[in-house]
Amino acid sequence: MSLNPGTGLGQMVVPEPDGQPAWLQQIRRHSIQWVAQHGFPGRDDEDWKYTRLGPLLAIPFEPARASLPTSMSFSALDSLVGNFGGPRLVFVNGFFNPEWSSLTQIPENLLVMALQTRLHQEEESNGRHLFPPPNNAFTALNSALTEDGAYIEVPANLRVTTPIHLVFVADAGADAPPLLANPRSVVIAGANSHITLVESYIGLSPRLSLTNAVTEVVLEQGAQVEHYTVQNESEDAIHLGLVEVHQQQDSRFYAHVVSLGSSLARHEVRVALAGEGAETQLQGLYMPRGKQHHSHVTTIDHQSPGCTSRELYKGVLEGHSRAVFKGQVIVRQGADRTDASQTNKNLLLSEGAEIDTRPQLEILADDVKCTHGAAVGQLDEDAVFYLRSRGIPDKAARDMLTYAFVTEMLESLTLPALRTLLEHSVARQLSRDATSP
Amino acid sequence: MILQIENLHAKVGDKEILRGVNLELPLGQVHAIMGPNGSGKSTLAQVLAGREEYTVSGQVLFDGKDLLSLSAEERAFMGLFLAFQYPVELPGVGNLYFLRTALNSVRKHRGLDELDAVDFLAYAQKRMDLVEMDRSLMSRSVNEGFSGGEKKRNEILQLAILEPKLAILDETDSGLDIDALRAVAKAVNALRSPDRTLLLITHYQRLLDYIVPDQVHVMTEGRIVRSGGKDLALELEQHGYLADAKDHTLPVGGTR
Ligand SMILES: Nc1ncnc2c1ncn2[C@@H]1O[C@H](COP(=O)(O)OP(=O)(O)O)[C@@H](O)[C@H]1O
Ligand SMILES: [Mg+2]
Repeated sequence: MSLNPGTGLGQMVVPEPDGQPAWLQQIRRHSIQWVAQHGFPGRDDEDWKYTRLGPLLAIPFEPARASLPTSMSFSALDSLVGNFGGPRLVFVNGFFNPEWSSLTQIPENLLVMALQTRLHQEEESNGRHLFPPPNNAFTALNSALTEDGAYIEVPANLRVTTPIHLVFVADAGADAPPLLANPRSVVIAGANSHITLVESYIGLSPRLSLTNAVTEVVLEQGAQVEHYTVQNESEDAIHLGLVEVHQQQDSRFYAHVVSLGSSLARHEVRVALAGEGAETQLQGLYMPRGKQHHSHVTTIDHQSPGCTSRELYKGVLEGHSRAVFKGQVIVRQGADRTDASQTNKNLLLSEGAEIDTRPQLEILADDVKCTHGAAVGQLDEDAVFYLRSRGIPDKAARDMLTYAFVTEMLESLTLPALRTLLEHSVARQLSRDATSP
Repeated sequence: MILQIENLHAKVGDKEILRGVNLELPLGQVHAIMGPNGSGKSTLAQVLAGREEYTVSGQVLFDGKDLLSLSAEERAFMGLFLAFQYPVELPGVGNLYFLRTALNSVRKHRGLDELDAVDFLAYAQKRMDLVEMDRSLMSRSVNEGFSGGEKKRNEILQLAILEPKLAILDETDSGLDIDALRAVAKAVNALRSPDRTLLLITHYQRLLDYIVPDQVHVMTEGRIVRSGGKDLALELEQHGYLADAKDHTLPVGGTR
């Protein structure tokens, strides 16, 4: 089967989905057809317009196979992604790796397993809702090709205190062709349950790779999910991530994304506030430098009355980097007493850096409170002079003020181990010589 | 002489603000510069501290070295300090962290050991007591949300911590009520020493009642036009800044 003749990615030969349950085979075939029919998003697609896909589509990627990492050792894992003391599932190029994973300390009744295991257990009727209809070619591609990911099901009323850590390693062998990994994770938080989830994306090999990750999160009534994404892939990697969230009544979803790595990265969060009184909080920090390109796209869909959404994204851009923030808030008819706020602030550290920030509010209800604000600025030269006049050298003064700009985002990370790890990564990134690419 | 200024000019674009300043400050003395608003006092202070937006000519020797060729931070390492007329707010930069970073940077360049957090705190607390600074201000961001008086006190705290050879205090008295003024003056007096020169910029005689200067200079239109002993300040207060026009009272400093 071929995806979409004419594009590089489309010339990829997709393996026949055999050896899998019939219902899954069918979903895969449909997904491939979806891509063939709709194609990859182009320049005329609002959501993708500012993400340069052209070069990506010309690359002849091949779906990854299960393997062990070649460019890193297990012992390096803690220092790279942190250790939060709970279960850790490691995926290499999208495949669950049992040797590097640790599935101990999982509370009774909590289901944590590789998605592949789950898919083979799943009856047709249940399985279908694991793969909602795609809304773009990359999600469809993920449905067509995904081999593995995490499956987490939290029973009602269970409060899990230690975080569950998902680590995705992109690691093509020394002479491997450009690899495509399609991890897919599913999190179902039962009524009034609590869970914390950390997704870390890393890559060490200098080979080109594409990670096309999809995570679905379902929050049943009164559930609370804290969700962290740390994207620190190698600077030759391409990263596309989608977090698709469905919230029922009175549920609370708190998400943080920190984007540091990749040459081209796009992180999308789509939240459906489907039940009354649900609350969502999205925070993001992106720090592209050199020629990196980071896009963050969010859609918050207020479908029910009395829901709250809070959004704060901050960016620090260096070199000739480029970033996009697109934040869409939809307030549907009848979603009265909606309270939504969105803020995007950007600090441009060089003249070559570029940011596009576009809020997009669509309000179809009457009784709503919606605010949004976007800011783009440079370091305050009066502040730089003030610090220098106290004997703090120019570069250190600028680093200090830049760090002060992002510190709000780091302080809001409620996991101490993750906060410490990211404080170090951010400080390290800032103190690098400003003239390096 | 700790500072020798000779024929100093400063321009922004085509606008000439300093038009040939001459001034000498001996080590260990307290001098005051008074003058009407807009006469160039803050510009002189900023130029001496190393602000880069001015086009500067003339000569300034600080401790025998060519000051104008040094960067702002190098001037601080050498022991020059400016208490700003308008201290800058630094949201997200903790006050204590800022002070320690500044002190350690200066100490490093003066060939001294850096202080660790514990030693620094002990040292800073003594200095805070000296300027009667509320300790809760230390855990806040630098100057963010500080009252006018708290900001000025924070400037004096920085002076006390960095121990410069020459401190320029630009209108440290403005915006202070009488109690705050007394407290700040007390701290400044405690910081007087034979190894330290203070240059007070003010247009109120009031400050000089508390910190008595060795000499007073008058600046108008970008030049020092008169110099004299401490009584000159009183005379200016009564007769205005124009020396020979005793009937001509300028609308300066006279908001009392
Ligand atoms: N950066 C600048 N750009 C333009 N004009 C300036 C600048 N700095 C000072 N000036 C002008 O120079 C004059 C002197 O200002 P200043 O030094 O602040 O006076 P003072 O402190 O004596 O009140 C004023 O007219 C002021 O507007
Ligand atoms: Mg002034």
